[in-house]
Amino acid sequence: MLGLARGLLSGAIVSGTPLLYATLAELISQRAGIVNLGLEGVMLVGAVVGFVTCVSTGSATLAVAAAALAGAVFNMIFAFLVISRRANPLATGLALMFCGVGLSALLGAPYVGSQISGLPALPVPGLADLPLLGPALFAHDALVYLAAPVATLLWWVLFFTRWGLSLRAVGENPVAAFAAGRNPHRLQYQALILAGILGGVAGAHLSVGVAKAWAEWMTAGRGFIAVALVIFSKWHPLRAIGGALLFGGAISLQLQMQALGVPISAFLLDMLPYVLSLVVLAIWGGARRHAAPASLGRVFQGTE
Amino acid sequence: MTALPESARRGIAWRVRLARVTAPAALALVVFAGVLLVFGKNPIKAYVDIFGSTLGSAYGFSETLVKMTPLVLTAVAVAVPARIWLINVGGEGQLYIGAIFATWGALTFGHLPAWLLLPLMVVLGFLGGGLWGLIAGLLRAKGWVSETISTLLMNYVAILSLHYVVFGPWKDPEGVNYPQTAEFAPAATLPVLGQTRVHLGLALGLLAVGLFAFLLSRTRWGLEMRAIGGNADAARRNGLPVGRYVVALMFIGGGLAGLAGMCEVSAIQGRLRPSLSPGYGYTGFLISWMAGGHPLGILGAAFLLAVVTAGGDILQMTQAIPGSVVNILMAVILFVILGRRAGTR
Repeated sequence: MLGLARGLLSGAIVSGTPLLYATLAELISQRAGIVNLGLEGVMLVGAVVGFVTCVSTGSATLAVAAAALAGAVFNMIFAFLVISRRANPLATGLALMFCGVGLSALLGAPYVGSQISGLPALPVPGLADLPLLGPALFAHDALVYLAAPVATLLWWVLFFTRWGLSLRAVGENPVAAFAAGRNPHRLQYQALILAGILGGVAGAHLSVGVAKAWAEWMTAGRGFIAVALVIFSKWHPLRAIGGALLFGGAISLQLQMQALGVPISAFLLDMLPYVLSLVVLAIWGGARRHAAPASLGRVFQGTE
Repeated sequence: MTALPESARRGIAWRVRLARVTAPAALALVVFAGVLLVFGKNPIKAYVDIFGSTLGSAYGFSETLVKMTPLVLTAVAVAVPARIWLINVGGEGQLYIGAIFATWGALTFGHLPAWLLLPLMVVLGFLGGGLWGLIAGLLRAKGWVSETISTLLMNYVAILSLHYVVFGPWKDPEGVNYPQTAEFAPAATLPVLGQTRVHLGLALGLLAVGLFAFLLSRTRWGLEMRAIGGNADAARRNGLPVGRYVVALMFIGGGLAGLAGMCEVSAIQGRLRPSLSPGYGYTGFLISWMAGGHPLGILGAAFLLAVVTAGGDILQMTQAIPGSVVNILMAVILFVILGRRAGTR
């Protein structure tokens, strides 16, 4: 029983980490007033670039940096079309996803089956040897340790800095923000660069940190889960930590049950995160029915 | 403006319109060629493969029509709810559930004659996809969850449901270890055209487009949908049942995507297996968007993307690159259209 709890906790943290980075990426975009359904593609590009870099240089650090850069550059396609050309964000996002699927498949094809050592685990001296939960909490790679601090940093930036205030103002009402002397386009570009970096890191953690392998479309919809998680966490970076842990936990529960040989189909358990988000969103929506979303645009504005 | 003869003006309009279509397509082809070059592939050979195989022969053309069939259906599945600004991104999941329902019919009533079994499977496929869309419609009508999010999430539930049945209860006992159901009886297979794989589903797709166009322009429902799409609040105050339209249109949209799933299992796969759709539902969304929900435009855009998709299968064989690489070409075409449309607005 203890082993199960430990495995579950450890798994929730590991599976929740890429989800958290992805959720933060989507959160910044939406706080700037832009829904990005292309995050799935950004993550895939990050995952493949990270993996290829790791195979060719052997450095996991370099891999993560390359993935962040690639994610940012790739997201600029989306940013240019949506911000400068005022294209429909939903259609552009889906097109970006398709582009990422194709590009990553092309780039990764020669590397399917390659082996890497990936991000090394960094047990915290002393803490990792603690009885009970020590190994579950303190024997992870660097990106895991950094995830919650990054979320906290984003919270601080969004709510306690001038730049964050301006960004949120743009997301609420770009016209008013413009009248107040802000430059909405520049702020939105900055937000989408940051989102691309975080999305690329999320993908890299999947390929270089968790799976230590590349497979076509390995994100398996995590980019879309992140979109749901943003709403789930009410566009708030700190609540996103809890949300990502919960969803990571659902993924991890499924792996644990499988390992224990519990006779529940893995596929039914796989559905948990998706059904869970739907149920939670429904309860949420039901609870504030007065604020029923009249149009998608308003739902996604990041109002609070 | 100087008076030009009507015929000349029409000629200019046609040339402008032609340029508007061909210029982005040409740009997209150049960009994709650049991507292929960067990766050390021969773009000219790739294009010869794509277009030669899809448009250059009667057989290739028929295969393009085969690819076009599910795309037309999934595109109308998006266009119908889009009339009142509902965003159905769940065509993929609705297609899967339609296929599962139709498979249940084929496996359970395999002894029935074709004239009974096929209509039953059509109804089941429509019903399955329809119910999947209906859930999202109800959640939206209650104001609980935006249909964009719910349909997206339910895609994954649907795909996993398919995995569950083909790895579990419906697995073919004689299929060694392949995750697939038993082969359907011949009675459960949609009739095809001559020696090709073009099947009755194409007629269903064209029928759906025709009905959609008729509904929009010639019925009271079309008028009411336009009213709701124009201003939902005003329509509600005038006594139009907006909520009922939301639910009904999501059901119809889902049903059409489910029909696409039924056609694929019945005519193309002959059994249910995980490789049912290479993202037809998402492609359908993009087609409907490209066409602005216009019935004829849907046919044109579906044909274009069918050429690209069918070309992908060929590239996989002749160039030894992953078939999903054509997703890049599809995306670039869309990027060009997306980037240009705003400029002309």
